[in-house]
Amino acid sequence: MSTAVAQTAPQFSLPGVDGSDHALDDYRDASALVLVQSCNHCPYVQGWEGRLIDVARDYADRGVRVVAISSNDVASHPEDSFDEMQRRARAQGFTFDYLYDESQDVARALGSERTPEVFVYDADRRLAYHGAIDDNRDETAVTARYLRDALDAVLAGEAPAVTDTAPVGCTVKWRS
Amino acid sequence: MKVELFYWEGCPSHPEALELLEAVLAERGLEVEVERRRVDTDEEAQALRFPGSPTIRIDGRDVDPAGAASRPALNCRIYYLPDGRVSPIPSREQLEEALS
Repeated sequence: MSTAVAQTAPQFSLPGVDGSDHALDDYRDASALVLVQSCNHCPYVQGWEGRLIDVARDYADRGVRVVAISSNDVASHPEDSFDEMQRRARAQGFTFDYLYDESQDVARALGSERTPEVFVYDADRRLAYHGAIDDNRDETAVTARYLRDALDAVLAGEAPAVTDTAPVGCTVKWRS
Repeated sequence: MKVELFYWEGCPSHPEALELLEAVLAERGLEVEVERRRVDTDEEAQALRFPGSPTIRIDGRDVDPAGAASRPALNCRIYYLPDGRVSPIPSREQLEEALS
């Protein structure tokens, strides 16, 4: 397990594309919490987006909550503005909360580097899995479904067989 | 024929793009060395009209003309596959068409 990433879920309170603020404590009843460093503009995010929508929908009735967070600097990447986040969430039919981390504090607390990059926290909000959603940006070539496997393990009260992989995607766009 | 691959190190897609490009060149019997050009700054991106990484130009013409006019930036570039899916690299079909 990478030590640079948050080993427990960081506190946050961030505006969501639904017009409400969302805090870590709002998800207190979730059996597992998946935080996803994300954004709008990145082709890797867009390539994996459908799979993330499916995961959020497929695991919702087992108490799993998925929360995507965009922290990108909108001065350099206006495609990632809050308005654009709201548009994308509507257009793609997001099945998960999508939050805007304008200060980039949550990205720093998580230790994020890439988009998409997932952090799976168990019911005690301890990190169970960090890294990629699966092993191939091309859905037709996937052989290992890391995120689903990690959730299945956490929900069974077990440690995932794979706890850390290298996230593949765009870099987080830090403010200069 | 001049084949250029412009890339930004912050995006991980360029090795995969280069591999596909070289494979398509080889399949067509074209013994051309791909000129790799690294883009490091916003100023370079502006000067080179670099709409994202990777950008491939054949004799100066972008293999994806529709995306060539996008705002220059140190980004991962978005391509669209024939089936409509998003990809971080051009499709084989785009490369073949650009080389034909």
